Amino acid sequence: MATKVLVLLGTKKGAFILESDARRRAWDLRGPFCETWPMNHVIADPADGTIYGAGGNEWFGPAVWKSTDLGATWTHSSQGLAYAEGEQPIKSAWSLAPAAGRLYAGVEPAGLFRSDDAGQAWQHVAGLRNHPSRPGWQPGGGGLILHSIVLNPKDASQVWVAISSAGVFHTADGGETWEPRNRGTRADYMPEDQRYPEVGQCVHCLVMAPGMPDRLYQQNHCGMYRSDDGGRSWQSIEAGLPSTFGFPAAAHPRDPATLYLLPLNGDIAGRFVPDGKTAVWRTRDAGARWQALREGLPQKNAFLGVLRQAMATDRLDPAGVYFGTSSGALFASADEGESWSCIAQHLPTITSVETMVVGT
Amino acid sequence: MTERALTTAQPGAVVVMLAPALVRLFPEAERRVEVAASTVGEMIQALDGRWPGMHDRLCDSSPEIRRHINVFVAGERATLETRLAPGAEVWVLTAISGG
Repeated sequence: MATKVLVLLGTKKGAFILESDARRRAWDLRGPFCETWPMNHVIADPADGTIYGAGGNEWFGPAVWKSTDLGATWTHSSQGLAYAEGEQPIKSAWSLAPAAGRLYAGVEPAGLFRSDDAGQAWQHVAGLRNHPSRPGWQPGGGGLILHSIVLNPKDASQVWVAISSAGVFHTADGGETWEPRNRGTRADYMPEDQRYPEVGQCVHCLVMAPGMPDRLYQQNHCGMYRSDDGGRSWQSIEAGLPSTFGFPAAAHPRDPATLYLLPLNGDIAGRFVPDGKTAVWRTRDAGARWQALREGLPQKNAFLGVLRQAMATDRLDPAGVYFGTSSGALFASADEGESWSCIAQHLPTITSVETMVVGT
Repeated sequence: MTERALTTAQPGAVVVMLAPALVRLFPEAERRVEVAASTVGEMIQALDGRWPGMHDRLCDSSPEIRRHINVFVAGERATLETRLAPGAEVWVLTAISGG
């Protein structure tokens, strides 16, 4: 079977799919799907190729969409995707993560659900919202959203989640109990003597290094960080980067020391790429040194931003890297970030980018 | 189909006209449907029985009719508790929203 590469896009107005062969030079675009609902995260389950989309709109509320034919047809469900009567209703589904036979979904207001039947029925993982810190969780600019779900591939009982702006939490018992994992990450928006709280950090994106479940990276509202102990402690890796602010982070598919970030100029400076010049920044040594990757990216008057789930890699060798902008352009590299091209534009605001490789 | 719901309902039934955007979410759904119900809440449960999941699209977990869904009975915006007389005509519409 010939290799196909799919890039899955969530946008403010539906899901889209780009498709190419292993060379990743020519791309075909399909969409919009999901009835043009705002789609916050569109992913594929590598186990069976099913595509899932997390979203919700102002009329019909939250749902998880599903396609088992690479996007040709879609269904949706929100059965059980609800808090108890009297609680603030769920506004939208925000993030998805597939495990062996299980699918997790993060929602707004922040909470975690799981499905054991491929997204048809959902059960609340109530332990997270039972955490004693929950009454103090405050929304970030995008709402009180659970936007990152990181699963331990070697231990199904371990899950990390990231909530804006409550921080990172970890469970080692399948979701019954959770502990904050934010030590070492700053909250610059707090008074000077309260900038390292146990919870309340505005984490923007959390990813795991391949093959090293204890190595996590995060882009935070206030800095970039690495943890080598499963989030128990975090070290700043922002030295050498042009700012401390950004949204997405993307891990390399095989190298745990390679990470891609896309720093923006600052939280109250427009949230554009610095100086109107677009660059993805790459480290090959777990954050000690950084290199700006600019070839083929706009270097003049580029007032664009990239949202927290809108950068991804694929698993081919060399790895592809992709990011989507708030102004509806998708940039792609087929050589680990060395060179780039715009493979789609004039799309709605891109909220998420994920990939699926079929046929290898 | 025209935007008219007017045809005589079966005895004891109410006539419901569903918004096109709602019908598109349920491939087997039809714009005009008759159900047996004495309140709007019962009507939505009956719709959900016919097309599972429709309740979640129309109501949140408060439980209330979603903020941007309008249910009109006899020309007035209704709540889940609004009573329906036999033969009543109910319009389920999407309100102004979006961006």
